[in-house]
This record gives sequence, structure tokens and C-alpha cells, in this order.
Amino acid sequence: MQKQEFTITVYTENHIGLLNRIAIIFSRRKINIESMNTSPSEVPGIHRFTIVINETEEVVKKLVRQVEKQVEVLKAYYNNNEEIIWQELALYKVPTEIIAEEVKVERLLRQHGAKAVVIRKDYTVFEVAGQREETDKLIKVLEPYGLIEFVRSARVAIIKASRGFHEKLKEFEALKPGSGLVKNEYLNKQEEVFSM
Amino acid sequence: METLTIKKEKATAKEDTAKQVSGSVAVLEAFLAEGVEVIFGYPGGAIMPIYDALYDYNEKLKHILVRHEQGAIHAAQGFARASGKTGVVFATSGPGATNLVTGLADAMIDSTPVVCITGQVFAHLLGTDAFQETDVINITTPVTKWNYQVTDATEIPEVLAKAFYIAGSGRPGPVLIDITKNAQLQLFGYAGYKKCEYIRSYRPKPNVRKEYVEQAAKLINEAERPFVIFGQGVILGKAEDEFKAFIEKAGLPAAWTIMGMSAIPTDHPLAVGMLGMHGNYGPNVLTNECDVLIAVGMRFDDRVTGRLDKYAKQAKVIHLDIDPSEIDKNVKSTVPVWGDCKETLPMLTELVQKKEHKAWLQRFYEYQEKENLKVIQDELNPKGEVMTMGEVIKALNELTKGEAIVVTDVGQHQMVACRYAQFQRSKSNVTSGGLGTMGFALPAAIGAAFGDSSRTTVAIIGDGGFQMTLQELGTIMQFKPDVKIIILNNQFLGMVRQWQQLFHEKRYSFVDITSPDFVQVAKGFGIPGKSISKREDLVASLSGLLNSKGSYLLEIMVGKENNVFPMVPQGRGVAEIILSKDEL
Repeated sequence: MQKQEFTITVYTENHIGLLNRIAIIFSRRKINIESMNTSPSEVPGIHRFTIVINETEEVVKKLVRQVEKQVEVLKAYYNNNEEIIWQELALYKVPTEIIAEEVKVERLLRQHGAKAVVIRKDYTVFEVAGQREETDKLIKVLEPYGLIEFVRSARVAIIKASRGFHEKLKEFEALKPGSGLVKNEYLNKQEEVFSM
Repeated sequence: METLTIKKEKATAKEDTAKQVSGSVAVLEAFLAEGVEVIFGYPGGAIMPIYDALYDYNEKLKHILVRHEQGAIHAAQGFARASGKTGVVFATSGPGATNLVTGLADAMIDSTPVVCITGQVFAHLLGTDAFQETDVINITTPVTKWNYQVTDATEIPEVLAKAFYIAGSGRPGPVLIDITKNAQLQLFGYAGYKKCEYIRSYRPKPNVRKEYVEQAAKLINEAERPFVIFGQGVILGKAEDEFKAFIEKAGLPAAWTIMGMSAIPTDHPLAVGMLGMHGNYGPNVLTNECDVLIAVGMRFDDRVTGRLDKYAKQAKVIHLDIDPSEIDKNVKSTVPVWGDCKETLPMLTELVQKKEHKAWLQRFYEYQEKENLKVIQDELNPKGEVMTMGEVIKALNELTKGEAIVVTDVGQHQMVACRYAQFQRSKSNVTSGGLGTMGFALPAAIGAAFGDSSRTTVAIIGDGGFQMTLQELGTIMQFKPDVKIIILNNQFLGMVRQWQQLFHEKRYSFVDITSPDFVQVAKGFGIPGKSISKREDLVASLSGLLNSKGSYLLEIMVGKENNVFPMVPQGRGVAEIILSKDEL
């Protein structure tokens, strides 16, 4: 099996220390996290981690089980790049005088879908939301014109096949003592994309 | 991120009617509600409010003052392993908490339910490098099933309820709750304690899928050479009877991992011995000849499997485990039977056909005979003048009749004890399996003695491991648990020496260890003792040990350079097990 980019989506309770608990699952195995983002999810009170790693599917599958084993993790999924819609946000700071003087720069920025966030006398900050290759390309373009600062956010991703977490959560809450048994959800959906 | 969402409003609303108690009292009330009888602990600055509250609970909660926090957690582990209940520990902040780390790691890898309460500096001092402040939560995150820091006393009842639930349910493990001093002192409206039975994000056991049980039963029914290997899951799941019914109905030969040992009587007709690096010949070789391998509550540790690419490649593997992350972790399963084996085993038993596999079982006996001739008879009935560890265990078996709890440390004596000790009852073999913690046995034996005082607790320890935690003799002196200590003294760090002999051209690098006069040391702690080196003294001394009133220490001098065989050398397959060093 070949290594490839996988995006791991983890739905969790919102607790202090969980970030560390999840991060050490990777570092313990000497696996580099390419990017990690934490954010709210579609369900109020439930947190969502988006983690990108470069690994074989076999390794990712085991990692996801280790993540899901954590007490405060509700569910973890992994997907390859075809199975998700994903974006990263990049910010570029360039000297304003060049933008003003060189019409070329303005054209380039427009070509790359950059938006001005702040325009000051001394510098201008542009943002680009897109995939890694796109944001990388603009760095190369701006470098000759004096790119002052560059930063890129972690990946955020939407799983194409996901129907959201509300239903899943209801399933979990149905497990509260006294309610009927739900079939083993891991095993039932083994073949589907939206499962581990 | 936020702290744990606790219904604080609820607590405040009831404040008028509910009685005001301190966080410390809430901790002790939680213990009472959870049925805690014994606490192993050591006081210190940051846990003083809890110890102050304990002063008034002296009659309801027994507290054992250990001599080092590592001793406290190993004792709690021994308690849990012998009793099947959750062990409880108190330690202070900083060094008190860091001293727990080895025991936490041990309990984590051996799935032992333990709840540790550590004191912490005042919440307003967190992160200021205050006296005896350490980041206990982050230090212990990799070695706990769950941990949590309490800074507000109103959280205590709910957090403790979660702690006990998480530690003891599903695949058990250690939980650490760090409580700041202000929370211990804080008075709040106490609305009572409610046990936790459910956590939204936590599924202690996956639900059983019938289809997989059916597939597993079909494989077992069609098998000609089925072989069961079982681990501690059978004991932790309290499924000893279910397990026995299963193997007996389908006539399945069964071998145990070191952690699974004692789940069925060692003399059971279907018991074929121990797996792994120093396990028995038959179960190791025949792992690679069976057609269906049924793994029950075990995790295919590398000490069990040897080289994975040479492990049971011919077999269809059925893996029963409560922890989904264990399935396919090391060995790919053909049929994964996820779930609690207390539930899955009876379902399987129902579906398997009544069978006997006489010819197949005979194969195990044949290998046993070979092992007898080449290893066991010389170990148990040596002709040489110097005693062997094996003959000590054999003599002990005859006296205890397999009824005792045997606690072992780590090394050669552990392997010999686990190879030859006989057990009639479950929860009788207490040892540090996964982590291999030297120094485990003495404190664990203290815990085991408190955990089940109806049985004799025998601690078998090497001369090296004993010196790692011998301060706990002080705990024995003060609190008088009945522990029968046997030191098997070969004047070496024997297992390392064995490896240096076999794999490092006998370059004995720092394995020659000097020991104090153990009998004199014990005497200093008020514990009677004796040292023997002659065979004719063995049986009488062992019965003296077992019949002594209270604890006793017996040092037995054994052969200096004896090796433990058989052995699956590292990097080899289980079928490449050797019976002597000439086969290397």
C-alpha cells in the first residue's frame, strides 16, 4: 500500500486536554501531522478536528481506531482527497507601492482569486482560499515583488458522503441505559465511505 | 476549549437544602458510594485537605500508608487483580504524582482498573512553577485511559463517578483525577452522589453482531485443528465459566498468555500450556499448524507472536475482543467478533457442535513429552547439587495445591513461576505482563493480600527486583498484610544475563548484582525470615513460610547461571522455538 494524503475528521466533546490526547496518538508512532484544525461542528457543543497526514490506508485505519478509543471522542472518520471538499486559507502581505505601481501585480492577484483584506499606505494583505497548490503558486508569483509575510491555515474539509453528525449523535444517545440495542455500527457499515 | 460542562446551576439551586461539604469530603463520599474499602496512599502538601477529611472516615475507609507512591499504585493494581474490583490511590502533587507514572503505564498496558487521586497546587498557582507543581495531566495522558483536572469542588461528584465508571468498564484501565487544593477545601452544596452508567462519547463495549458469531461458529465447526489462545480478557470479563463451557463443548485445546493464566485451572484436560517467548513447546509450534486460531481477550503481544510474518499464516483467525482497536492491530483476523466475551462466548457455545479433537490434542501431548524430556524434568527434578527455580515452584505447588495467589516480579523467576505454577482459581496469577516492571511484586502482593484475604498470597521475587521496592517491607510491618515472600536469589540480573550469554557472547555487562542480607533486612522490619541453599531444607522451609503467622521472608539460593527454556529468540517465528542453547 502506498502512502497518500488522508484527512481524518474527529467529532469530540469540547474538553481541555483532548487536543493533546489526540496529538500524542500520532507523535507516539512518529507520524507527522501535516495540518490540524479544531472548530465547532454542525452540532452545537460538539467539536470537530480535521487532521491531515501522509500515510498508508492500513496505518490510517489503525490510527483512527486509536483516536476513536479515547473516552471523549464520539466518532472518527478518514477520507482520501477524492472523498472530500477541502480548503486552506492563505494570507499574503505585500508592499502597497508595488501594487499601485505595477499593474501586472494587480492582474496576477486577480488571476489567483486573491481578495484584499486590508489596504494601508505601507502594505496590503491579500487572502486566498484554496488548495495547497493554488496558494503555493501565488507565493512564487509574489516573491519577486517583495512578499513581506505569508501564512497558511490548516485544512478544513467537508466529507462529500456525510449526512452530518446529528443522526449519528442520536444513535449514540439512544445507547443510554434503558433503550434498545443498536446494531454494531462499526461492523454494519464496513464497506461505506462514511465509516471507518 | 471549555472545562467539563457540569450543571453548576443545579448544585447552587439546591444549596439551601443540600448540606455544605468540602471537596475533600465529596471525594471520600464518592469512595463510599463506589464500595471502596482500601486506599493505598501517601500524604503531602497538596493533598492535605483530603487527608484531613480522611481523619474522620477512619472507620469506614481503610488507608494503607505505603513507603513510596510507586508502591501505592502497584498495591492498588495487585488489589484490583486479586479482587476484580477497582484499586484506589492517593498521592500528592509534584513528586508524589510523578512517582505514579510507572504504575499507571503498567496498569494501562495490563488493563487494570485503578483510580488515582492526586493533589494539585491551588488553581491560581497553576502554571507558575509553584512548589511541588507539575503538569500531571499532560505527563499522564499517554498512560491513562482518562484523566481530568478538577479546579472547582462542584465538579467532584460527577467527575469521580465518571472516573470509576471509565476505569472499570469496557477494557479497564487507570484513571487519574488531579484536584487542586482550593477545590479540596471549597465548601459547596452537596446534592449526593450518583453513579455514572453512561457517557455519550464513550462506548465501553461494541455491540455484538450475530452474523460474525455465526461465521465464527461455522469456521470452528469445520475446523480439523482448531486452537484457542486466551488472555486476560476472560478474567476481566468475568467469563471464566462461559469460556470453559465453550472449549469443553467444542473440544478445543486452549493455551493462555501470561495475563490469561489462571482463568481456567492449569490441570484442565484441554489446557495445553502457556504461549509466548518462554511458553510451552506445543502451543508455540502448533500455532503454526492449526487451521483455525481462536483468540479470546488477548492482543497478540510481540512476546506472544514472535515474528509476525511467520505467525499463524496458515490459519483462519477468529478474534474476540472488547476493544475494537485491537482487531487487526497486529494479526489480521478472518472473523472479528467484537464485544464483551461474557456475551459472545455463550452465543458461540450455542452454535458450535459438540466435538472432540483427540488426534489433534494428542499432538500437544506429544510436544509436551518432548519438552518434558529436554527441559522440564531437569528443571523440576534436577540432579545437580544447586537448586533450580523450577523445583521451588514444584514444591510450592504441592503445598498450596494451586489455591494461592502467586504474585511475581519480572525476569527469569517470573517466567519459571508462570511456566510451572499450578492454579485452581481465577485471578490467582498477578504479574507485570505488558510493561515488565521490576519492583512490581512486593507492593502488588501487599495489594493482593488486601484484595482477597481468604487466599494465601505468595510473592515470588528475584534478588534484583526485590531491591527496587523493598521499602514496602515497612508497609507490611505497619499494616500487617499477610504476604509470604520468596526471593529466588541467583545473584544475577538473570534474564539480562541469559540474553548476554546467548546473544552477546557472554559479555556480562552489569548483571552481577550484590544483595544485602535479605533476612537481616526483613528482621529490621520486624518480619521473620530464613535463607536456604540446600535441597533438603526446601520443603520444610516452604511449609514454614506458608504456615507462619503473618508475613515471612524466605530466601532461596538457586543456580547462578541457569537459563529459562524453551525460548523463542527475538526475531524468530513461534515455530522456531528452541529447547536448549545448543539449538541456537
